[in-house]
Amino acid sequence: MQKLKSPSEVNEMRLCLEAFETTRPCISVCAGSGCKASGAQNVLDSLHRELERRGLEGAIDIKSTGCHGFCEKGPVMIVWPEKVFYNGVSQSDAKDIVNSVTNGHKPVEKLLYKDPTTGQRVLHEHDVPFYARQQRILFGNNGKIDPKDIRDYIKVGGYSALARVLTNFSREQVVNSVKRAGLRGRGGAGFPTGTKWEALRKSKVRPRYIICNADEGDPGAFMDRSLLEGNPHSVIEGLIIGAYALEASEAYVYVRAEYPLAVEHLVVAINQAEKAGLLGDNILSSGLNFRIHLVEGAGAFVCGEETALIASIEGRVGEPHPRPPYPVQKGLWGKPTVINNVKTWASVPVIVNKGADWYASIGTERSKGTMVFSLVGKINNTGLVEVPMGITLRQMIYDIGGGIPKGKQLKAIQIGGPSGGCIPASMIDLPIDYEALTQAGSMMGSGGMVVMDEDTCMVDVARYFMEFLEEESCGKCFPCREGTQRLREILVRVSQGKGEESDLGLLDDAGWMIKETSLCGLGQTAPNPVLSTLRYFRDEYEAHIREKRCPAKVCRELIVYEIDPAICDGCHACVRVCTTEAVLGEKNKSHTIDSAKCIKCGACLEVCQPKAVLVH
Amino acid sequence: MPTLTINGIEVEVEHGTTVLEAARFLGIPIPTLCHDDGLVPYGACRLCLVEVSSGKKRNLQASCCLPAEDGMVVSTHSARVERARRLLVEMYVATCPQSKRIQDMASAMGIRQCRYQAKHETCIQCGLCVRMCEQQMMAGAIGFAGRGLHREVTRPFDMTSEWCRQCGACLYVCPVCELRCQGPQAETTMCNGCVNIPTACFQSYDNAMCFLDPCHACEIAGPFRADVQVKPRFNDFAQLKK
Repeated sequence: MQKLKSPSEVNEMRLCLEAFETTRPCISVCAGSGCKASGAQNVLDSLHRELERRGLEGAIDIKSTGCHGFCEKGPVMIVWPEKVFYNGVSQSDAKDIVNSVTNGHKPVEKLLYKDPTTGQRVLHEHDVPFYARQQRILFGNNGKIDPKDIRDYIKVGGYSALARVLTNFSREQVVNSVKRAGLRGRGGAGFPTGTKWEALRKSKVRPRYIICNADEGDPGAFMDRSLLEGNPHSVIEGLIIGAYALEASEAYVYVRAEYPLAVEHLVVAINQAEKAGLLGDNILSSGLNFRIHLVEGAGAFVCGEETALIASIEGRVGEPHPRPPYPVQKGLWGKPTVINNVKTWASVPVIVNKGADWYASIGTERSKGTMVFSLVGKINNTGLVEVPMGITLRQMIYDIGGGIPKGKQLKAIQIGGPSGGCIPASMIDLPIDYEALTQAGSMMGSGGMVVMDEDTCMVDVARYFMEFLEEESCGKCFPCREGTQRLREILVRVSQGKGEESDLGLLDDAGWMIKETSLCGLGQTAPNPVLSTLRYFRDEYEAHIREKRCPAKVCRELIVYEIDPAICDGCHACVRVCTTEAVLGEKNKSHTIDSAKCIKCGACLEVCQPKAVLVH
Repeated sequence: MPTLTINGIEVEVEHGTTVLEAARFLGIPIPTLCHDDGLVPYGACRLCLVEVSSGKKRNLQASCCLPAEDGMVVSTHSARVERARRLLVEMYVATCPQSKRIQDMASAMGIRQCRYQAKHETCIQCGLCVRMCEQQMMAGAIGFAGRGLHREVTRPFDMTSEWCRQCGACLYVCPVCELRCQGPQAETTMCNGCVNIPTACFQSYDNAMCFLDPCHACEIAGPFRADVQVKPRFNDFAQLKK
């Protein structure tokens, strides 16, 4: 691609690309990490082979795109221009798909999405209930563009926001529109982005730096990864606009080394943007000089905290330091620095293009725009969901998520990553909003949402998250390092039935203390899983402590496996799967379980057809 | 020069003064474990927390790292601060019950019971030794390694660094092992701290400076206590004493 020399050339380029748009059919296959794990690469290969075999290489295009979001049904694909949406494609389906394209686009019935309630097949992506309720302003383009081709991004209107900013906007105007849009940090804390930018502009110190925080460490969260993999140019465009508004000449993207595909796509995108004259010296003849550096993190969860992240970029140990001074006063290399999350940066071009008022019209009074969640756990439609703020948890879980599998009851929703809190099913009409979630004892976080059903023990959940946080606490300040260990110790004791009545008060006290006294955001939110489960599920803790009983039948020390002799038909299936030879009994006679040998793995429970295995 | 209010007392301090320094200037005692006047504040022990009001918000912040600002309203002993501090010290006592300084602190706060299991850790990772070595002794011979559970003060590659002059400054500032020998003492004293307490910062202190060796009194006491293995660390030093 030739070098673009002025803002108007960006628009000319787009018009040119649109004019050359062929009517050739195009199969765009999701090649995000989720779909790749379910075999998207094989599908791509077999599609290529099929086209080669039939000599159709010039007639049908194949595109590998970023994540479409519907990971549950992966690999997914869209066939353009009819926009037919296929899910659960396997490599043997390549022939059928190519056939359908050549035979006048008659869709392959078996690959269309089947609505679980009506049983009808759905032709288009936007009619699938999973997508219908979403508002995909950040992720909407993921299915249309090849992340490794800058032309695809320009064709869908990419870099037009940058062109507009460089011609029509003063620096203050950019900051003002971000402020007016009500954009708040998408990394978790929800600090108003415009206010942060304004604070930086007050500083007279030069140079200034901007940082994109792509150190996404929450277990089960993959929003930032998917955006960087699927649409890296949107983040780069946001950074360039930020650099213009904040007079920064350099940006650092701090991305986890565990995201090789995101790193690869980002490197390609940065190189292409440099070649296109969108990065480097005198960008689009505006006099703006700006470069982006990529830093790969080494996998510490705490490096998502801004001061720790800066320390890590500087080559120091990734540990936070007390604020103030805030990074906008004294950040990277001691210079004023703005750090924003991937999604925050990617929201900036949208705000410029569609207007601050349009953006501010989405969402609630204090939380504007859309939020991206990775919906995981005991839910039918796992995947990446972008919804307007203010949507209720009920809509999230039942309309978009498709409800709980196997007809089970919803018990709790854990929002905000490991240090988020558990919200009980009774509060399902809570709107998704920074303040509402914080008030309920949880937090927005960067967008992890784990759904739990009736088979989940809340003590066990709290213990699991404390184990994670104990490992990931950097260890600098005492309350976080020692406190997470102590909380975990107590929870382990409780889940083993060795808890005492005083442990409840101790958990309350220690949790409160860690929250109040810790140095950084990690410690200040670390007790959330414990405090929120104590608040909403205190009866479960009491059952563990007083009755030595696990109501959800999860904690191994507190449950016993038995076989009901009245139901057991002696099929021997459990005997075959038991690894410790704990199931005794002859064939066709009812079996018994030797509790001394039983390790409570649950294998017999799973294989028992007549459901004779009971758990007490 | 910023003027701030601490516990209702207005005080004008020089630019760059921390809230801790301002409070101490007024004679208000704030407990600390990781603070030393000669070292860069670290903010790890969290004991110096004070309640700072800004607008409607009231936050707990570490006063050792908090620069005094104009109009700041600080409360050093509010109920919230006291409760947080007491709970924190209770956890400190459980972690390091052998430290005299922590014990004194707990008793001054009226803590009479500890609800956690005692751990007898030898280090609270206050970072004083590391900062002392780097900032005052200009050596940087010790540092932190590992993360979270596995974080510890150690020497590079677990070997004595060539930068280490064995000055012993690290041990001098340690708040946890200060019960041990305090340098040369009268011959009649017998603290035995050195043999009763596991070493604080280092697993082996073979090459550390003389006052790390069992104090003179203990050495004399040595033969009477067969269970204590006392051997002179520096031959020439032992000869000198003879």
